Amino acid sequence: MSAPIRLKTPLTEADVVKLKAGDKVLLNGVIYTGRDAAHKRLFDLLQEGKPLPVDLKGQIIYYVGPAPAKPGQAIGSAGPTTSGRMDAFSPKLMEIGLKGMIGKGMRKKEVVEAMKKYKAIYFAATGGAGALLAKAIKKAEVVAYEDLGPEAISRLAVDDFPVIVVNDVYGNDLYQQGMEKYAR
Amino acid sequence: MREINAKQITGVVKKLCVDANFYLGEDVLQAFERGEKMEESPVGKEVFAQLIENARIAREEQVAMCQDTGLAVVFVELGQEVHITGGDFNAAINEGVRQGYQEGYLRKSSCHCFSRANTKDNTPAIIHLQIVPGEKMKITVAPKGGGSENMSMVNMLSPSDGIEGLKKRVVEWVKQAGSNPCPPVVVGVGVGGTFEECALIAKKALLRPLGQKNPDAQLAAMEEELLTRINNLGIGPQGLGGRITALAVHVEMIPCHIASFPMAVNINCHAHRHKEAVI
Repeated sequence: MSAPIRLKTPLTEADVVKLKAGDKVLLNGVIYTGRDAAHKRLFDLLQEGKPLPVDLKGQIIYYVGPAPAKPGQAIGSAGPTTSGRMDAFSPKLMEIGLKGMIGKGMRKKEVVEAMKKYKAIYFAATGGAGALLAKAIKKAEVVAYEDLGPEAISRLAVDDFPVIVVNDVYGNDLYQQGMEKYAR
Repeated sequence: MREINAKQITGVVKKLCVDANFYLGEDVLQAFERGEKMEESPVGKEVFAQLIENARIAREEQVAMCQDTGLAVVFVELGQEVHITGGDFNAAINEGVRQGYQEGYLRKSSCHCFSRANTKDNTPAIIHLQIVPGEKMKITVAPKGGGSENMSMVNMLSPSDGIEGLKKRVVEWVKQAGSNPCPPVVVGVGVGGTFEECALIAKKALLRPLGQKNPDAQLAAMEEELLTRINNLGIGPQGLGGRITALAVHVEMIPCHIASFPMAVNINCHAHRHKEAVI
């Protein structure tokens, strides 16, 4: 396999157009957590024309609801949740500048189209490897919707957080390509 | 008549909740090690290596393997000679779940269906009780994550669909689930009974040691064939393409109504979590 690409957040258009489905990427910098309930709230604010509690321009949202941190840990286990549940909200967030999403599982056609249109990337992290992935998260701080508990939006400082590009800005899909390659 | 105190039940359930989330089963770890060797896809090999490392971290640091520590599904086989003293049976189990999820730093994932407000202690547990002969109590805790549970189904087939219809439906269903339920998955198939019973036996099929064949030769052959067909889908570890999509297929079957042919598929993620204890 090719060597991983190191990227620093926030991502620019120049960063994302270089990425291809199947690329291994190590993310560094800040990423934001957000899953079902937080997405619903962000989406509703945008529908009402109100400002968001975080500026998502150039940012990456990680679909995760971490386990509670043990004393001495920055964060508890923190692997990806199924991304499809965020499909209804993602195109709108890309429209306002979101450049990346991290999760697991397939995205709807509309989301893949929005990635092409707004130049954004869908990355997969290894589902179920929450203890391992938590090691790459050095700091976690809730920045919005604390009342949502594990679903609150947190700002994570990550150091070589390992992901793989599933959908690039050219419409390629690693899930589709991978399956076709190994099906018998 | 043997007496078992409710407090003892609470203590056992608490420990099982924690252990099931911290310690990957030896059978599953061996399947990962085999997978790392046998998987043809380089990305798939790497996924297995990550899962082995993840299990090591969870075991050594005593943390949850996965942030989705599941709804607590509790199976109890209660000996009919047992008399429970010192409290309410269901309350004792729920208290064990409450304590285990709190003290083990496990995520609380139970919420109100409409408001989505978290119940904050991961209760209520899902409790399945069966009365059996004897004076013991066997408790199995199988924490069930949302990602894999969402990819499960019950299908009331027609008897005319036949065995091939059943097999086709299982394979199609796993294909449709794709990368969502965290492959390599374990596929539990329940056949027969009624609408609710076939779902329950599909779930119980997941409690078998990984890859242990059904004692019925016809069902064992079906398990093997389904595993081959599922792995030929090419979905692979994490859905990124590969030759290992499922670690095992477990089929359970009971008689059904002459008009019916119910089947259910319950998918487990690769962690295949369950721990049991006998009181």
